Amino acid sequence: MFRILHRRELNDTVTELSIHAPLVARKAKPGQFIILRVNEEGERIPLTVAGVDRDEGSVKIIFQVVGATTELLNRKREGDLIPDFVGPLGIPTHTEGINKVLIVGGGVGCAIALPVAEEFKRLGAEVTSVIGFRSKELLILEDEFRACSDRLAVMTDDGSYGRHGNVTVPLKEMLEAGERFDRIIAIGPLVMMKFVVLAAKPYGVPVTVSMNPIMIDGTGMCGGCRVTLVKDGKRVTKFACVDGPDFDGYEIDFDEAISRGRMYRDFERRAHEETCNLLKKAEV
Amino acid sequence: MPIDPKKHEMPTQDPSVRAHNFSEVALGYTAEVAVEEAKRCLACKNSPCVSGCPVNVDIPGFIAKMKEGDFEAAYAVIRKTSSLPAVCGRVCPQETQCESKCTLGIRFEPVGIGRLERFAADHHNSRVSERFNPPDFNGRRVAIVGSGPSGLTCAGDLARHGFKVTVFEALHLAGGVLVYGIPEFRLPKSIVAREVETLKELGVDIETNVVIGRTLTVDELFEMGYEAVFIGSGAGLPNFMNIPGEGLKGVYSANEFLTRSNLMKAYLDHSATPIMKGGAVCVVGGGNVAMDAARTALRLGADKVFIVYRRSMEELPARREEVEHAIEEGVDFRLLNNPVEILGYTNPDDPRDPKNGFVKGVRIIKMQLGEPDASGRRSPVPIEGSEYVLDADTVIMAIGTSPNPLIKSTTAGLEVNRKGGIIVGEDGLSSRENVYAGGDAVTGAATVISAMGAGKRAAKAIMEKLLK
Repeated sequence: MFRILHRRELNDTVTELSIHAPLVARKAKPGQFIILRVNEEGERIPLTVAGVDRDEGSVKIIFQVVGATTELLNRKREGDLIPDFVGPLGIPTHTEGINKVLIVGGGVGCAIALPVAEEFKRLGAEVTSVIGFRSKELLILEDEFRACSDRLAVMTDDGSYGRHGNVTVPLKEMLEAGERFDRIIAIGPLVMMKFVVLAAKPYGVPVTVSMNPIMIDGTGMCGGCRVTLVKDGKRVTKFACVDGPDFDGYEIDFDEAISRGRMYRDFERRAHEETCNLLKKAEV
Repeated sequence: MPIDPKKHEMPTQDPSVRAHNFSEVALGYTAEVAVEEAKRCLACKNSPCVSGCPVNVDIPGFIAKMKEGDFEAAYAVIRKTSSLPAVCGRVCPQETQCESKCTLGIRFEPVGIGRLERFAADHHNSRVSERFNPPDFNGRRVAIVGSGPSGLTCAGDLARHGFKVTVFEALHLAGGVLVYGIPEFRLPKSIVAREVETLKELGVDIETNVVIGRTLTVDELFEMGYEAVFIGSGAGLPNFMNIPGEGLKGVYSANEFLTRSNLMKAYLDHSATPIMKGGAVCVVGGGNVAMDAARTALRLGADKVFIVYRRSMEELPARREEVEHAIEEGVDFRLLNNPVEILGYTNPDDPRDPKNGFVKGVRIIKMQLGEPDASGRRSPVPIEGSEYVLDADTVIMAIGTSPNPLIKSTTAGLEVNRKGGIIVGEDGLSSRENVYAGGDAVTGAATVISAMGAGKRAAKAIMEKLLK
């Protein structure tokens, strides 16, 4: 069993938990993920590592309540136990040879982007960050990004905070103005990552994207997390759990990934509603 | 009394009933039938059956006890060499192993060795039996990677000889393919849990949620004081055909489909795990995994299930009994058929149609058998102009796996072959000192019993090495 040491609400639907898992904390690097189960009958969900405290032996995760499992996880309090927590999984974000980096985070993806930005800062790279949210209420981790970024742009889709517009606005401005980065690292919704890639393409700036497909075992067995890369016109199947989660943004077939990500949308919506109703009943 | 030329039949659930439930298909012999079947054994002198068993169960020895009705003694005989008797009695392909060598089988049907083994194990497990006491610790510690059939067998053999064994399992539950792959109706999970409990009684520690190659490396296991490591990490990532349409919604690997149903319990009502149910299901492949996927889909409520296999029934590699059961249950075998494309639904007028991007059919080409290939099987050749479309809502690819790269990529000096399987010698020793391997991690997808045989050989080699 794994104990929840700290809990912090970042906004109405996004929560940060620190979980005591010394073996995972000892190894976890930015870009890697863990898999957890909330209860004995629960599904296995992948969550990217949002930070580690090696002294405390804890791993930080940040999640948005989107389905039944995250709803249950969000109801856990400090001191509560969860049965399963395994990792670190996946390949850490590649950092070598990158001296000037642009980190683009979207929504809850910023939780994953932050430790990557912090790692680049620690390694002495010049870090520019662009983080975007739908609106002010959904803003998270602004102070943390400011602390590790040489420059920071905060965007909201509705203009309720920071600059009005999505993350590609400042990205295009910088590239048009002739600014170049060794690499852009984009972490967020698939649609956002797709458009970051399209924006960067005319300038030939390499883009790394972090894929977060449906996953079950997460250890290289089930193949549920497969993504299709297009390499020299040839379609190649890769697995996010062992080959990723980072991939070359120019190679990913985003449209397929977006479609596959919606495979169980109806089921998940129903399960979430049922869980909420059950929990409400239990509270009455 | 003349010998009955036929094996006593295994009672099964009626096909029309069992096709809609997940309870075990085969119901097992009664004690009377078990004794009668045991009496068919000729107790021939050279007992060729034993040579057909990858873990060398003393078959005439246990059958002799069965004849006397002493089932507990029979179990003890099996248990001396096999860590998983209740599992083997159910999933071994006896027709190509022990039973294929049975002397009786020259003239008649061979003795139902597997069915007898199952009876002895179930008889033991159904009674409150004595706990096994762990033997005295011999001071040697061994780490096992993976709690599937090879790992559990290796662990059991070592523990019986006083080794302190820790099994590291990546998933949240021990059993490997026995819990995520083989479905409940063929191998009830309570039986696997019971076999695992028996190993724990022997003093085996099982650490779940540890991924070797990530959470810990093989080198760290040695630093932690383990003197030998056995890698039984299993088959690894599923293969796909690399035909158009495999990225459509509704295309699964058999591993994913079965893991959702078995390990994640999607077959139960109100499970938290989603899975596609109903409609027409097309399973591609002809092995045991394909049979399991097809029969699981049927039980989940499919209207129609097809097995699409590119060779003929003769080459179909699945265990005979599973094929017969699948046919009885109504699975439609499309033999000498091969998919060339998976077709998806697209509504040209409505890009937001929720059906967009889901499977709607499979384009299939018919095949004929040509010259034998490298594997000795006649290779299938497409028949030009024979393509047709099979309507389907779900496609399940059951065409094998490739070894998991995690351990290889994090263990310096561990050599693998062209296909990624760990290279080992006869005794299971890899290119690294004191690192042994066996099962699908070495051979690629194979059977439970061959993995157990490999675990057993490695255990023997580890004992010889460490106790030298």
